[in-house]
Amino acid sequence: MTFRLQLESRPVASRTMRYVAPVLAAALTLVTGLVLFYALGKSPVEAFKVFFVDPIKDLNGITEWLLKASPLCLIALGLAVGFRANVWNIGAEGQLTMGAAAAGALAVHFDGATGHWLLPAMLVAGLVAGAAWAGIAALLRSRFNANEILVTLMLTYIATFFLGYLVDGPLKDPNGQNFPQSILFGESALFPLLIEGTRLNASTLITLLAIPFVWVLMMRSFVGYQLRVSGLAQDAAVYAGFSRTKAIWMTLLLSGGLAGLAGVGEVAGPIGQLQPSVSPGYGFAAIIVAFVGRLHPVGIVLASLLMSLLYLGGESAQIALQLPNAITGLFQGLLLFFLLGTDVFVNYHLRLVRVSGGQK
Amino acid sequence: MLDHTTALLAATMAAGTPLVYAALGELITEKSGVVNLGVEGMMLVGAIAAFATVASGNSLLAGVIAGGLAGMLLALVFAVLTLTLMANQYATGLALSIFGIGLSAFVGKAWLGMTVTGFQKVSIPLLSSIPVLGGALFQQDMMVYGSIALFALISLVLYKTKTGLLLRAVGESPDSAHAIGYPVVRIRYLATLAGGALCGVGGAYLSIVYTPMWVENMVAGRGWIALALTVFATWRPARILLGAYLFGGMTSLQFHAQGLGIAISPYLLSMLPYLATIVVLVVISRNPQTIRLHAPASLGKPFRPN
Repeated sequence: MTFRLQLESRPVASRTMRYVAPVLAAALTLVTGLVLFYALGKSPVEAFKVFFVDPIKDLNGITEWLLKASPLCLIALGLAVGFRANVWNIGAEGQLTMGAAAAGALAVHFDGATGHWLLPAMLVAGLVAGAAWAGIAALLRSRFNANEILVTLMLTYIATFFLGYLVDGPLKDPNGQNFPQSILFGESALFPLLIEGTRLNASTLITLLAIPFVWVLMMRSFVGYQLRVSGLAQDAAVYAGFSRTKAIWMTLLLSGGLAGLAGVGEVAGPIGQLQPSVSPGYGFAAIIVAFVGRLHPVGIVLASLLMSLLYLGGESAQIALQLPNAITGLFQGLLLFFLLGTDVFVNYHLRLVRVSGGQK
Repeated sequence: MLDHTTALLAATMAAGTPLVYAALGELITEKSGVVNLGVEGMMLVGAIAAFATVASGNSLLAGVIAGGLAGMLLALVFAVLTLTLMANQYATGLALSIFGIGLSAFVGKAWLGMTVTGFQKVSIPLLSSIPVLGGALFQQDMMVYGSIALFALISLVLYKTKTGLLLRAVGESPDSAHAIGYPVVRIRYLATLAGGALCGVGGAYLSIVYTPMWVENMVAGRGWIALALTVFATWRPARILLGAYLFGGMTSLQFHAQGLGIAISPYLLSMLPYLATIVVLVVISRNPQTIRLHAPASLGKPFRPN
């Protein structure tokens, strides 16, 4: 007599599993990571310390943690609204880039300006540029039915080349020894620091404002309800008079705008100028943040802290353990895999079934 | 000018070849009703596996095989998650791409900056001496010829054999195929693995023949373009070939622009293939009828027997 494991549908999706799955996925990623470190000849205990404890053991570390979590959280909040409505903006990286480029162009053009209008103007420019970049995908999706996953991705590559063109052309620092980068932004084009001596700056406040805003929009407003219904049951939503076109436009403009703001936060924050690359893949990592955070604002805050720690841990491992910091990307991918794998148990459970002998 | 034309055409073939492999691979997968958005990741992993194999002193053929196996291995992860564990195909494919980018960059750190010697060009007697076209079409490396042979094979198998019929049946109506007694899930597994292997081979071409070196993220969106190609081709092999060379042409245009006397910023020229992808997506997708008529009917929908 033999037994075998079989997946069986649950009559009702498990609420508990919905919340357990991300924790389980994080735990599995951790275990896999420790095994990987062991296989690479590093002590797992030491590696754990280097990855998760050392980066945040002092004030400087904690501010860096928040500094990196902030753009991840901001972008993921926008993406989650879209994912709930079944609109797949995968090109936040490009919208971030365009937001950074627009804000940077203002900072360079009005270099030396005094007063308090430049930074707000840069924020508006970044918001509009990010939203407009995503708006292209919204237009092509709603008018011509072009797949927004592919369009937003293609626009990301185009945005990267566009930024490259800007910093190696019109916005290039004339006294920069021919490096492809802009001048360093002036005081009035930079976010004020929140804690002197660290890099944590006022752009984090934007994220703090966005969290309750998106929460209300998503969970407590009629528009948010329409969007969720539109994602769950498109036909029902249309029948109830919720326009699909409106859902596409709203979610893409919102997620693009927030990604654009995140771009401003980077160039007017820790970077302080325009460079060919203004993000270590925040736009893509935010997709994972949104999923791991269960598309819920509170979950996203927690997930962005986890993901930010992965970035810091990767940098720390590079210095302390001589491991390529690309390990961050590896862990990000693993985390999402494990989440998708454990998510199975939301709708199914495992059952041991007896396979009677003789029969095939 | 004619020399430039020949050079441009030859470069177009070479630049289109990784797309031919990857898009034909994705075509096989999608014909069975499975969408794998992990093409970019599978190509990258194939590229680094092939490069590491060749740079360690193994033959180019071993490199191609290693690339194919690496792509297949990643596709297996996708297949287990989506076909056995019923995870969402779109999300899992994205995860596969993100994971592949990270994995290849991690493994690839050790191989940065090295170069290998790719396949020699093989001239086909007589044909290669045709003016202009001969030098472009019949003076290529074995993998270019291989991609065309593969195209012929896939067209034949898809439309003229029982295997092809079965594959399409599973993609069109898994319930009927299952009812007649065909193993839908197993066929989808095989189609996904075959697709992954070809994506890996496409990546291998980039790292050991086309470039030939390892650069982080060197696939540079070709995986996503290959995905768009299957839509552009409305799931027909001949159009995939056409589309791949169209994009190959745009990629090589940036390198030959100066010779042809085109004075546009190289940054802007680099945008061309991505812009073109958007344009063709729009042109093809604007008529939902075309898509509905040609797309495998169960594309992206999970299937669970019993």
